[in-house]
Amino acid sequence: MLNMSDIMETITMIQDENLDIRTITMGISLIDCCDSDIDKSCEKIYNKIYTYAKDLVKTGEDIEKQYGIPIVNKRISVTPIAMLVGASGGDPIKYAKTLDRAARDVGVNFIGGYSALVQKGFSPGDKALIESIPRALSETEFVCSSVNIGSTRAGINMDAVKLMGQIVIDAAELTKDRQCIGAAKLVVFCNAVEDNPFMAGAFHGPGEADCVLNVGVSGPGVVRAALAKMPDDASLDEVADMIKRTAFKITRMGQLVGVEASARLGVPFGIIDLSLAPTPAVGDSVAHILEEIGLDMCGGHGTTAALAMLNDAVKKGGVMATSHVGGLSGAFIPITEDAGMIAAVRAGNLTIEKLEAMTAVCSVGLDMIVIPGDTTAAVISGIIADEAAIGMVNSKTTAVRVIPAIGLAEGEELDFGGLLGNGPVMKLNTSSPAKMINRGGRIPAPLQSLKN
Amino acid sequence: MKAVITVIGKDMVGILAKVSTTCADSNANVIEVTQTVLQEYFCMVMLIDITQMNCDIDGLKQRLSANVPTMTVHVMHEDIFNSMHRI
Repeated sequence: MLNMSDIMETITMIQDENLDIRTITMGISLIDCCDSDIDKSCEKIYNKIYTYAKDLVKTGEDIEKQYGIPIVNKRISVTPIAMLVGASGGDPIKYAKTLDRAARDVGVNFIGGYSALVQKGFSPGDKALIESIPRALSETEFVCSSVNIGSTRAGINMDAVKLMGQIVIDAAELTKDRQCIGAAKLVVFCNAVEDNPFMAGAFHGPGEADCVLNVGVSGPGVVRAALAKMPDDASLDEVADMIKRTAFKITRMGQLVGVEASARLGVPFGIIDLSLAPTPAVGDSVAHILEEIGLDMCGGHGTTAALAMLNDAVKKGGVMATSHVGGLSGAFIPITEDAGMIAAVRAGNLTIEKLEAMTAVCSVGLDMIVIPGDTTAAVISGIIADEAAIGMVNSKTTAVRVIPAIGLAEGEELDFGGLLGNGPVMKLNTSSPAKMINRGGRIPAPLQSLKN
Repeated sequence: MKAVITVIGKDMVGILAKVSTTCADSNANVIEVTQTVLQEYFCMVMLIDITQMNCDIDGLKQRLSANVPTMTVHVMHEDIFNSMHRI
């Protein structure tokens, strides 16, 4: 029979340590919905999404009941809409509204893919889509948007970086009566991945199958609890080993749910994203893991090293537990979604400069950071360019999701509620990079791109 | 198909009887039971066969919770433990 302590461990993980499947995300290709008439294109999109995803939420709930594991989010990602805009022309907002309607009707809580991939340059569809992003995010409820502005292979498209600085501000401005939520649904990527199940940056890449199911696991609380049981003098080898074992168990659960859900839906299983995704719930924080490893407070010196070890151990533990790893896979460090990060920012112990260093060793980037409402577009472009440079040179995904808190100054707080959490406005270095940003053009791909 | 029932809480008369009666009513066959009482705390793990069960796992959990309301009850599919703790 099963070992009693194993059984109790699993139950404690779920009941007390917030272990859950963070998301099952159905990726749907919309390439075959393309039509030169935008209205026909929208109709086909709605029908395809509805047909494929109508049982997604119910299947997720059935699996929750059968296995007793919470599956927090059920979501959809679609082909970057800029490709469809390129073929159909017309007002891209029509696509946003179609996606929103489809998401509402199938009952998912986010739909990602209002996206453009412009790491090397813009096509007319890309340009039209990007310019429509602020309106699309303010006029829809469920749509998430992302733009890839750089890659290790292509370098950084600085014209896009410049444009996105302004788009982020506009997205916040148009939703200033709703906690600037527009900017929280917009991610600017370097080295974006095609199979990411996590929002707001999920889209279904053009290299993907017609329909796949990707799973994002979670479990910072479980890792923290496992480390808390270790003696204070355990060496870092032992700490890393404990993280690996815990990540293995978490990932096995994700694999089980992913395979089961894809079988029930008749859709191929895509990947598991081995991520530690925090939530604002008490005890579900990546910052608290770092503190459990031995920091007084997240953000102090030593934070980057602790995070690097955590990120690596999570991958090592998870990779053997699943048949296919993908997505972003690593530890997330979103500020507003992580109780420990929020506390560190409020205490003045965690600055944006330290976060930037941390993004060189974690899975994504500057995520869910509330910045002063009067920040200029050039400064935001500068933040995006810095992050993209880290991603480009280190051949990793980096991203920027900052929320200009329109009308608020440093120290005040935005509150999104739910999984997006709340957070204080962080101090920025406001010296202007405008001259560099205005130069435009492309930062050439680094030597790291020449792998052939 | 098998499932694992765990019941944890303050010890009292008739827990095992109530839980096994509920299983019988749901047509779930009890395969194995392990229980410990540490001081006054009762902890039971029960492996049941759910192939012929007349309700789903969630339904069984609700019946159990209703019959032993002071205890914390979990019912989970066996697969979850096997996948998590076996390579």
